[in-house]
Amino acid sequence: MSRLESALADLRLADTLAARDTGLSRLDPRAKIVTTLAFLAAVVSYERHTVVALLPFLLYPVALVSMGEVPWRWLARKLALAAPFAVLMGIANPVLDRAPLEVAHGVTMAGGWISFGSILLRFALTVTAALAVVAGTGMHALCAGLAALGTPRVFTAQLLFLWRYAFVLGGEGARMATAREARGGRGSPTLAVYGSLAGHLLLRAFERAERIHRAMLARGFDGEIRPSRALRWSSRDTVFVVGWVAFFVAARAVYLPLLLGRLLTGLGG
Amino acid sequence: MHMADALLSPAVGGAMWVASAATLAVCARKVSARSEDRIVPLMGVLGAFVFAAQMINFAIPGTGSSGHLGGGLLLAILLGPSAAFLAIASVLTVQALFFADGGLLALGANLFNIGVLPCFVAYPLLYRPLAPAGSSRARVGIAASVAAVGGLLLGATGVVLQTVASGISSLPAGPFLALMLPIHLAIGLAEGLATAALVLFLAKARPDLLPAAPAPLRRRSLAGFAVAAALVAGVLSWFASPQPDGLEWSIARAAGMAELKAPEGGMHGSMARLQSTTALLPDYDLPASRAAAQGEAAWPEVNAGKSFAGLVGALATLGLVVAAGFALRRRR
Repeated sequence: MSRLESALADLRLADTLAARDTGLSRLDPRAKIVTTLAFLAAVVSYERHTVVALLPFLLYPVALVSMGEVPWRWLARKLALAAPFAVLMGIANPVLDRAPLEVAHGVTMAGGWISFGSILLRFALTVTAALAVVAGTGMHALCAGLAALGTPRVFTAQLLFLWRYAFVLGGEGARMATAREARGGRGSPTLAVYGSLAGHLLLRAFERAERIHRAMLARGFDGEIRPSRALRWSSRDTVFVVGWVAFFVAARAVYLPLLLGRLLTGLGG
Repeated sequence: MHMADALLSPAVGGAMWVASAATLAVCARKVSARSEDRIVPLMGVLGAFVFAAQMINFAIPGTGSSGHLGGGLLLAILLGPSAAFLAIASVLTVQALFFADGGLLALGANLFNIGVLPCFVAYPLLYRPLAPAGSSRARVGIAASVAAVGGLLLGATGVVLQTVASGISSLPAGPFLALMLPIHLAIGLAEGLATAALVLFLAKARPDLLPAAPAPLRRRSLAGFAVAAALVAGVLSWFASPQPDGLEWSIARAAGMAELKAPEGGMHGSMARLQSTTALLPDYDLPASRAAAQGEAAWPEVNAGKSFAGLVGALATLGLVVAAGFALRRRR
């Protein structure tokens, strides 16, 4: 059951991080969502053997992490937990793609190793950027931003409900599992036990939904959840969006590391 | 089973986003139009239940391994497909945002593989006909297992098709599929057992909570799904062949794949052809293939000066990024 408890602790930590007042959290959520989507589009638009040209894009997640004061240790742990899938999917590349590519003068590598490196770098870029934005924004602001950008209200309400009751039902699930262990239950329950364990949790979920619905009706619920605070777009947000998108376009159009290297060494061309 | 950003090309990721967002919009409209506003908190709390239940394992007899609930099929049985899709979509979104499962660009693909396929294919086409109202316990169990397995195999096929069409990973379709399908057969059986256990428990404890009459599959929702599927198939097929990387999987193998997905193959094919004649797709095609062509062309020309400059530049870029990180942190 440690899995459920640690997942909840993780969610709570993300919420705590987002509740702080940082340079990142003060930005309008819409600005962060739009810029991050532009970032993702730019990163994944590269050809599959790209490694070096992707390096300038590290600036965006690094800036987010710094602005949002997101702890690197937390981020690294998240990355490590999510990494196996990307590694699994990419690890076959060196075996399958043996066509040699000249990466530097006189140095050739199998194309597969380069594309594997590219997959890992893409993974690190996209995951860090998304996690940093979430940790610097929080679920409520994020949902308000999504709604303002045209996401159906029913869905943002659904996200907020899920967010609220994941803690409640997750906590109940964790307590049930603890109770089972306290009575001598070891390992994973059998299917029959699972049926009634998870079944009772499901019953509680239904009953809770019933109570919440009555409480909401009593408070004048009409099928829509309204944001508690209006979003305010400031010039800071415009600068953030325009500046970053301009950077992504520049990095996409110009091979920045090579340009920099030429400036520094006076070679090439 | 979650698709990841790192493996998706923008064309495939974008196409899946369009398909899933369209489905989400249609489902949201249908759910808002429902007269009972009771559904809103119910969806939310059941979404939270699935979120929690995914982390409770049970032992699979005789194997020593354990399984857990996926949730898409269970939600479809309890809420009907539209509300179920919204609920499972919210679970996947939270997982993508907070646990980096998949990623934001891949969210469209994941919503499709784990949400649309179980809710709008496996539930109406497998579960409902196999377990009509008033079915015996054994029948409900078998129907849930068959539908769960069907949904997961479709989802796994989706992952393979999206990965291969993206061309970032070098995995060829055939062996990849041969690897994914048996794994997901096992996962699907576990999910089916968990779903059946919960449905049967509920039927015994609180039969009033199970929807009594099967929600009839409305023609319009089927049409909406068909359009989304055709759009996806159309966009995927458009991009599959002009991949510049010389993927070994040939048109012949792609045709073999189409046969594997037989149930909708005919419709997919004809809708895809219809779709590829519309004006929208060529627009999508342009930037991606142009970018790819540029990338390919940049590779062969390597000389000593350029590669040294490149190496220095790469290191300098990293240095600048680290410095910028510190500078931004200091300033506060």
